[in-house]
Amino acid sequence: MSSKARSRSTTLVVFSTAFIVLWLIVAAFPFLWTVWGSFKVEADFFSRTDWMNAVTGPVTQARTGSAFTGAGYHGAWVEQEFWRAAINTLIVTVFVTLISLTFGTLGGYALARSGYRYTFWILMAALVFRAMPHVTLVSGYLLPFFQLNIWGILPTTIIVIVAINQPFTLWMLHSFFLSIPKDLDESAMVDGCSRFQAFRLVVIPVMWPGVITTGLFSFLLAYNDFTVTAMLLSQENQTMVPKIASFLGSTQAEGKVMYAVAAVVSAIAPLFLLVLFFQKQIVSGLTAGAVKG
Amino acid sequence: MKSLLRMTAAAGALLAAPSFAFADCGIESGSVRILSNDFEALHVVASGAEECASATVEVTKNQTTEHKNIQVAALTTNPATYTVAVVANNSVVPLLNDGLIRPLDDLVEKYGQSLEPTQLIRIDGKVMAIAFMANAQHLHYRKDLLEEAGLEPPTSYEDILAGAAILREKGILATPLAANFKPGFDLAEEFVNMYLGYGGEFFEPGTPNASIVNEKGVAALETMKAMSGFMGPDFMTFDTNAIKPMWEASEVAILNGWGSRASALIDTEGPAPEVAANTVLAAAPTVGGGTTPAATLWWDGFAIAKNISDEDAEASFQAMMHGIRPEVAQEYAPVAVWLIKGYEPTPAAVGVIETLKAGAKPFPMLPYMGVLFTAIGENLAEFMQGQESAEQALEDATQAYNTAAREAGFLN
Amino acid sequence: MPHRTFFKFIAPSLFVMLLFIALPILSVAYQSLFIEHEQILVEVENCGPFGCEKELRIDTEAMDRAMEESPMGRFNWLGTYANTSHLAFAEVGAIWRDSDGPVSALRAMLNLPFYKALIFTIAYTFIVTPLGMVLGFFVALGVNSIPRLLKGPVIFFSLLPMIVTPLVGSLVLFWMIDSSGVIGANLQLLLNDPQLSLKASPTLTWVTLFLYGVWHAAPFSFVVFYAGLQTVPGDTLESAMIDGASRWERVRFVVIPHLMPLATFIALVQLMDNFRVFEPIIGFSAAANATSLSYLIYNDLRGSETPLFGSAAATSMLTIIGVVILLMPVLIRTWRDFNRKV
Repeated sequence: MSSKARSRSTTLVVFSTAFIVLWLIVAAFPFLWTVWGSFKVEADFFSRTDWMNAVTGPVTQARTGSAFTGAGYHGAWVEQEFWRAAINTLIVTVFVTLISLTFGTLGGYALARSGYRYTFWILMAALVFRAMPHVTLVSGYLLPFFQLNIWGILPTTIIVIVAINQPFTLWMLHSFFLSIPKDLDESAMVDGCSRFQAFRLVVIPVMWPGVITTGLFSFLLAYNDFTVTAMLLSQENQTMVPKIASFLGSTQAEGKVMYAVAAVVSAIAPLFLLVLFFQKQIVSGLTAGAVKG
Repeated sequence: MKSLLRMTAAAGALLAAPSFAFADCGIESGSVRILSNDFEALHVVASGAEECASATVEVTKNQTTEHKNIQVAALTTNPATYTVAVVANNSVVPLLNDGLIRPLDDLVEKYGQSLEPTQLIRIDGKVMAIAFMANAQHLHYRKDLLEEAGLEPPTSYEDILAGAAILREKGILATPLAANFKPGFDLAEEFVNMYLGYGGEFFEPGTPNASIVNEKGVAALETMKAMSGFMGPDFMTFDTNAIKPMWEASEVAILNGWGSRASALIDTEGPAPEVAANTVLAAAPTVGGGTTPAATLWWDGFAIAKNISDEDAEASFQAMMHGIRPEVAQEYAPVAVWLIKGYEPTPAAVGVIETLKAGAKPFPMLPYMGVLFTAIGENLAEFMQGQESAEQALEDATQAYNTAAREAGFLN
Repeated sequence: MPHRTFFKFIAPSLFVMLLFIALPILSVAYQSLFIEHEQILVEVENCGPFGCEKELRIDTEAMDRAMEESPMGRFNWLGTYANTSHLAFAEVGAIWRDSDGPVSALRAMLNLPFYKALIFTIAYTFIVTPLGMVLGFFVALGVNSIPRLLKGPVIFFSLLPMIVTPLVGSLVLFWMIDSSGVIGANLQLLLNDPQLSLKASPTLTWVTLFLYGVWHAAPFSFVVFYAGLQTVPGDTLESAMIDGASRWERVRFVVIPHLMPLATFIALVQLMDNFRVFEPIIGFSAAANATSLSYLIYNDLRGSETPLFGSAAATSMLTIIGVVILLMPVLIRTWRDFNRKV
């Protein structure tokens, strides 16, 4: 947009700024509240006497001698070895993202370049696949996985998450590829490249931003998955989200709720860095090829 | 002589290194794989069993809140993924229904000398599971608030309702009661308790036909509805987790809560010491002039998978016996209401023990009880909120049960 | 692209989808046509820590024989779909015959679990999807105009509702909207109604769930729209300005048409996700007043110790059919676009 198009009246600036500030409050307040509360004891953060207790922390003060306590963090990371779950999450998310993108770019590219009618039906089938409630799918996996003795391990979970998210990945990447002119790879092929070489050496470099954007969504889906990870991973292979669920437990006994709160806060921190780091790519990513419906 | 020497050496090693987690469970070899729920008492038992690990004995565990959802699939395979399933009297039913666990009589005879007869869960004369801890919903009340209102400790739901009215009248508390009325498990369990308190039968004798649409069912619902009048407006969202802070904030004076959570409520080092000091635990109340408490008793125990080698079954049984040996109940007495020999009830166990003594019935272990239980939990909410009659709610639950039971093959 | 090359490229993706989604869907569809064998019950004595009782048991050996003969159970054709827990044809028919008007008939239908869940699911889908998209769009417009330096953190904080795991997110929110929580207590003050509780009445529960849904869904629309805004051609905007178009007219006639394809994509994804609404119902303990199709499935599979696979399978298939009906307009549009492309 040109600078001229950007100029606007003061009221509009005020209004738009106010709107964004309001939105940020609505969007971030619960989380900031959680960050603040994660340094209190349970009786303060979840106080029924007065919600101000979560801000001032009288019980925390009385029990620990300070208005802030790192007990939740200590409990989660040291006592309950949350770092193991963090490592498992790292493995799962990295592999899910890589495999999703590999499969997705290959498939999305083929769907965007082939003019045959079946591509339409594959895309439609992918949509229907996405409509299936995950909990039904996961319940169906249990018996075969136990029989094949592949239940509970990370690779199984990774491939299942890849598969479940493949329809979304495929649609999104397919739309990106559509926006890249066909001439690009066709001229490369005229120059003697094979289809795969054209894809890898000519198209992918242009697609990089689109790949990053799709990758971010794949990453977030794997990061936050609960249905699959809770049911398909054994205790020692648990990722962060089921581990947090286990802090909450079936009855939230043993005062571990604050472990869960602390764990959630610490699980968000790396995402902050991730978003800051990729912020530019996310934006320019979709710039390169506005997704087509 | 040689063996004596070895024994002394072993004993010496044990004495010299008491912290070293090694225990002679008498297992020669085998693999022990435990699947259990995820709470402290079960951590104690599973860690106990883990002490049996040695060069020839492998002990692994998977403690997860999802255990109920994976146990059937995990024990169906041959060999089963887990050798031990830690279960309760509701979650053992699917394993029994599918014939996935083995009779334990010979193992009990061989290694079960320390078991109490009451720990043996017999089905058709065969021991199918070993119980080691109990749980029940029972009465909690606030001594100080009841005294202030001039009330005697309640023993029946009628007392509770009358007392709640007085507590409110005198302006002591606006919402003197709370109960687990969240739809699903909690609400169903409250109804089951109350209905049994009225002496109701869930099924026509000897058949899987539900029989809850009757005066006792209506009376049970009406009592629950009357109680909800003395609760906060969002009583339909109350579960144990929601009620605990209300209790600690001194908003509630009388509660029928789970024994497994009682120790947190009477913990004078907890967040609300004055409230905890005045919290008294007692047997679950009776209702409608009944003599037995309106409560169901629950146990937690373990069963051994069928699809495993006899060697593994033997090793698993021995390891679990080590996990629930009498010393565990003594050392970890506050953690649970143990059924293990030599257990001395702690103050937190009083409620469950009293309820047990007063003759409360166990939660029915019928193959189709779970189906009815789910149907009840999902169909009472409209009545509780005044949107339909008690009869209609019970009819709805019966209809949902009939549909589900037909699909599960219990009805035709 | 030749068929062979096409197939080579799509193979990995197609393989995982067929293996882990298509195959299960087929088996679920097949399973929904069966009910379990008639259980053979025998009376046995049952002893436990609290006494002995005579009870019925399943004769597992006899059942094993029946299972060997036909492992899927008894063929029931579409019986499960038609029963009271699903489409309830018989009950619905009776209701319409006996009722004195459509209003009371509809009310009676809402007592049937499937229709009760369907109404909430549809209401949720059609309220949350557009509101979430509109909110996301305006946030995108707003964020687009803030100084570059602030954009990174603002984007991150705008994404928070989407990336905090609902497990704890809803726990904390549920606590905040409690009548003694920070939001609930301040709402009481604000509206001057000390009895107000967002968790108590059906209406307020629905509103709370809708608001949560919009809050949770807006970030996705925001990211996609925001990215789309970067591609709005500057020269078109400029010429619109020269023509004297106001700011709103520029948004209305240049920006929105440009973002239309994106909007279709978002609508597609969001309609589908919202139709499968489930987590907030559990998170907000709202099952007394709001159930969804996914909640019914969950309840069949997890609610009881003996999972009702056939029932869950039937509801899952009905969910898929529902999604296909919802997406029909989008599908037709895509079909036309596709044919134009060909």
